[in-house]
Formats: sequence, C-alpha cells, structure tokens
Amino acid sequence: MTAASPPEVLRAPLVVEFPFTRSLGPVQSAFLTGLRDGVVLGVKTSDGRVAVPPVEYDPVTSEEIRELVEVAATGTVTTWAWNDRPRPQQPLGTPFAWVLVKLDGADTALLHALDAPGPDAVRTGMRVRVRWAAERTGAITDIACFEPYDGPAPKAGPAPHDGVFQDPVTGIVAEARLDYVYSPGRAQTAYINALSEQRTVGERCPSCHKVYVPPRGACPTCGVATTDQVEVGPAGTVTTFCIVNIKAKNLDIEVPYVYAHIALDGAGLALHGRIGGIPYDQVRMGLRVEPVWTEGGRYPDHYRPTGEPDADYDAYKELI
Amino acid sequence: MSKEPVAVVGIGQTKHVAARHDVSIAGLVREAATRALADAELTWADIDAVVIGKAPDFFEGVMMPELYLADALGAVGKPMLRVHTAGSVGGSTALVAANLVAARVHRTVLTLAFEKQSESNAMWGLSLPVPFQQPLLAGAGGFFAPHVRAYMRRTGAPDGVGSLVAYKDRRNALKNPYAHLHEHDITLEKVQASPMLWDPIRYSETCPSSDGACAMVLTDRAGAARSPKPPAWVHGGAMRSEPTLFAGKDFVSPQAGKDCAADVYRQAGITDPRREIDAVEMYVPFSWYEPMWLENLGFAEEGEGWKLTEAGVTEIDGDLPVNPSGGVLSTNPIGASGMIRFAEAALQVRGRAGEHQVPGARRALGHAYGGGAQFFAMWLVGAQEPTT
Repeated sequence: MTAASPPEVLRAPLVVEFPFTRSLGPVQSAFLTGLRDGVVLGVKTSDGRVAVPPVEYDPVTSEEIRELVEVAATGTVTTWAWNDRPRPQQPLGTPFAWVLVKLDGADTALLHALDAPGPDAVRTGMRVRVRWAAERTGAITDIACFEPYDGPAPKAGPAPHDGVFQDPVTGIVAEARLDYVYSPGRAQTAYINALSEQRTVGERCPSCHKVYVPPRGACPTCGVATTDQVEVGPAGTVTTFCIVNIKAKNLDIEVPYVYAHIALDGAGLALHGRIGGIPYDQVRMGLRVEPVWTEGGRYPDHYRPTGEPDADYDAYKELI
Repeated sequence: MSKEPVAVVGIGQTKHVAARHDVSIAGLVREAATRALADAELTWADIDAVVIGKAPDFFEGVMMPELYLADALGAVGKPMLRVHTAGSVGGSTALVAANLVAARVHRTVLTLAFEKQSESNAMWGLSLPVPFQQPLLAGAGGFFAPHVRAYMRRTGAPDGVGSLVAYKDRRNALKNPYAHLHEHDITLEKVQASPMLWDPIRYSETCPSSDGACAMVLTDRAGAARSPKPPAWVHGGAMRSEPTLFAGKDFVSPQAGKDCAADVYRQAGITDPRREIDAVEMYVPFSWYEPMWLENLGFAEEGEGWKLTEAGVTEIDGDLPVNPSGGVLSTNPIGASGMIRFAEAALQVRGRAGEHQVPGARRALGHAYGGGAQFFAMWLVGAQEPTT
C-alpha cells in the first residue's frame, strides 16, 4: 500500500439489509417448532450419536437421517469466548459469553449465549440450562440464552420423539444487515464532483484513447490507469433504448418512460439515462439529446431532444 | 499425455417450480444429487469430489452455502469446490468438474448447481443502492431490452420473432416433466398479446423465477465402461470472460461468446456447427436471445439468425432444434440454469430426453452466459467417445 486515499475522495455509509425467507424442511421444522413448545430435539446419526441441533443428513455416511429424540434443557459448556461489546441483534444487550453447550443427551454442542456476570464466572465444563424466551415463535431465539445451573444431568437418556407438533413452523425470516463505508474512489469522485457543476468529465485511456464515462480509473481493455480528464457532451446520441411499462418500486417515475443508452459526444461508450421532453413512442435510435438538470441534483434528471437532426446510424453503430 | 476422456453417466433434476416450501436448500440439492446417483447406479462412496455452483450468495442470503451443504452432498472427507460466474455458473461448474476428470485429478465427480429463487431476491441482490449513483432505471429486462432493439436494428429482424421463440419453448416445455412452466393452453396469439414490459420485450418472452437444482455425475473412461446406461462424452468445453462494460463491447454479439464457441468447436473437430450439431440447449432468458446467440455461436451468419427461427429451423422437429427442453424461458433457477442446459444436451445424446428427445441426436451443444453478457461457458457432448 502507498499513501492513504486523498482526503477529497468521497465516502458514504452503505447499509444493505433484507429479510430473507427460509423453508425449513422436515428436520429444522421439527427442531424450531419444538423450541416454540419448550422441547429440544436432536437427531440420531447412523453411528448412534445424537446431533443437537439436528441435521438432515448424516455427517459421516451422508444418509438421510430422520430419527428424532428429545434431549434435556440442561447441559455442559464445552468451550466459550467472552463478548465484551454486544452488537445490535445479538442475544443479550449486556456483555455475555458465546458458548458451545452439549445438552444432556446430546453428543454435539449447540452455539448460544450464556448470561454470566463476567468472564471469571465462565469455565469450560460448567453446568448450564436453557432460559426460555417469554414469547416463543419457532426460532433459535426461543432459547433466550443459557444460564448457570447447579443441578446434575437427568438420569434418563434421550427419549424418542415423533417430531409431530400442532401448527408446525415451516419457514422463518432471517434478517440480514451489512454495514459498509462506500467510496467511489478517485476517478468517480472527480466525475461526481464535476456533475455537481453540471459538467460530464470522463477519462481517456492513454493506450487505446477511448474516453470512459463514467471513468473507473483504469481502462478495462488495456489494463492501464486513466488520468487524462476529458469533458464530454453535453449533448449526445441515443444509441438504443427500451420503453419501460412496469413501475419499479422506490422509483418515482410515471410509466411508460424511455430508458436509453446515450453516447455523449466524445465518449467511448454509452451511459444510461431517461429520455423526457418527447412522447415516449417518438423516441428513436439516433435521436440527439442533452441533459436536463434539476436544482441540487447529483446527476441529470433526464435527457431531452436538442432539436438537431438525428445522427446517422453509421456515426454511432460502434457504440451500441 | 493426452487428456482423460470425460463421460456423463448420471443426470438428476428436481421438478422446477416457483416455490419449494417443503424443502430446505439442503433438501433441494439432495433431491437432484440422489437422482443423478440413481441414474448412474452409483452411491455416495463412488464419488471422489463435489463441485457445486450457484449465483451470488446475496440471492438467498446464505453466505458460502457450500459449507452447509457438504453433508447433504456426501462431500464429507472429500474435496468440495464452489464455482461462481453469475448466470453462467451452472455451465462453468460442470466444466470445472469435467476438467478435474480430464486432468485425472479425480475419477468420478458429482457436480451440482441450484437456486432457490423463492427464498431469494435476485432483483435486490443485483441492484444494491450505491451512494452517489443514480438509481437503476430498469430491472434485468430493462438491461437487456435495449440490446434486443439494437439487434433488430442491425439485422432488420421483424417484430414477431421473439414471440415465435417463446411460443416454441413453452410448447417444448410441455414435453419436459421437469420444466417449471407447463402452459397447456399456450397459443402464439397469447404470447403476442401479453403485456409489453420493456418494449421490445413482452411478458411472455421473459423467463420465470424458479426453485430447482440439477446434478450430474462425470467420470473417466473406466467409469463409463461400467455405466449401465449410455454415457454422453464431452467432446469440447470452454469458458471465456470479458468486462461488463468497455468501449467497443458488442452487446449484441459479444466477442467472448464467439471465442468460446470457436474453442469448443475446435476441440470437437466441428467445422460446420449448423450441420454437425443435432441439438442445442442455449441460455435464452429473453426470447430474442435465440436469434442473437444463433449468430454468436456460428449457427447463422451475422444478421441471419432470426431467419432460422422464423423458418422453424429451431423447432423440435426442425433441422437445428434449439431448447427442446423448453429452455430458460420455461425454467429458471438462475444458478442451475446453465447446468440444466449442459445436462439437457447430455440427455439428448444419451437418447434419454424422453418426450422431448430429438430423434437420433449424436452431438449437442450446451451453452450458458451470465453477468452483463460477460461470462460464457459451453460444452459439446456426443454419443460416441471422442477419437482425439
């Protein structure tokens, strides 16, 4: 690495979040429905061990395994790590231990949180029990966490269970959220800053001499850095387009509208934009257009006809 | 030392549908894998390695699903690889598996690709809102529709060709029990009357969103000799890539696609693909891509692809059947779609395509593309062991 990015490079938070759905299949359905009903289920593997949480396929033989058993809500910590600063959505809001717990009757360990006053209160081999959530829905969070427990393991081993429950849970929603800091980098920062002055500035490849708009900082064909800034446009030619007839979510544009590829004069490839100021069914390839800016907009709101004669097909066919 | 000949001895698919709420992702891939093993009359113990592919992790939001799927696919204690090349991934996954056999790294490899689109959000996964950038103005169809218009302008193709492709593929799908769309009452008029979504692309000219998986068992010459059913032999396979956008990119007929096809034909000794290839399974997510790829893959001269479609050449009883399975237009579990093309090509030369069998098919091409038409993967399979 060389010097840090120059301070003028743009940066902004980028948060990506989405509620993914999951179909559980028979085994996970039984497991999570069991948690809802206060029962912890495992599955017997081909060699007679009990896996908790249960899996659909044998970890050794790969055979399908479906023989469910009920294990105890008490167990032993097999290993742990202290979590000083819980993040949002983690099981507890106060510092806690991540633990692997081998429940009594199980041969594999389950990952969860242990509510303990501090790392000095946690040790491998300590006895713990499930603290059930007050409201249970059929999710791993139905176990609110584990808590220290002094009692012995139950005498009886795991009991067979048919996995059948009233109103089984068959699917869950898994919220995913990713936090990034996004930077468009040097070349695009220059491009974005120029747009705020209503100018479109690309970069020319020193090798093939094509002008990239927007610039990426390097020519993808030649693999060399582009540094030579070139203002293009403002007018350009519609090289091709489609008429969008379906309304996109979160996009405040009335349909139908024209989504076009526009080769700005001097640019080596087309960029994408919306065409306005002309009925949608009169837009054509070769139409000459210019950007229309709105107050404070980061990019042209749309492009409108310049009134010039259409460009000859041969003049732009290499840019399609 | 020459390469080991590679044979396809087992093929399995799920019945592709809009939503498989009854199975987990593991259950879905398992179904295809066990069907491929059953077809090959092999067991998990016969498999030396597993090569799996799917589209971006963002689609279902399971990061690195191959880790979680190792036990469902019998990969415990064996090498397991994940391949990712966007929409072409099913094809490139099969090629990675084939290369492992050809290089004599492994003798018998299970390869599988899947997508559970009902649990995913491909639109969201592909169009994250990026700071400082103008929001995308159109979905996948909006991305490809301008290229279709450019093709029409370049070739003078009449407006109706896209509908002919969709009508053909949907009818072919009726002969394929695994296809997602079974539109028994399909008519050309219905396709032509369907809403124009991204003019020039109509609703009925777009692919569905499917849950599904496809698996194949690939093996060496000795494995093929033990195969109880006729194998399909790999005569050529290649991948090519190019940037999504670059000055001079030909979106209508990308250079990487031409180069990939030329490489496969060279390996297979094909000099006249139109005459020497009996069936084609090509990746056509929007109907107009059939005539576009016919040109890109060398089945027609530039500007002439639509004439083959219009003349019925690509119908299942034409002299170059394209997508007898119903194609991507009838079934699209994105990550699996490329492998389904490869597998359907293999089914044709094995003579095991059932009702959508092209009679006497000896050589078939499987084709996949992905990203912004930037990744290409193809293989050519034959009924006979290759001579070279």
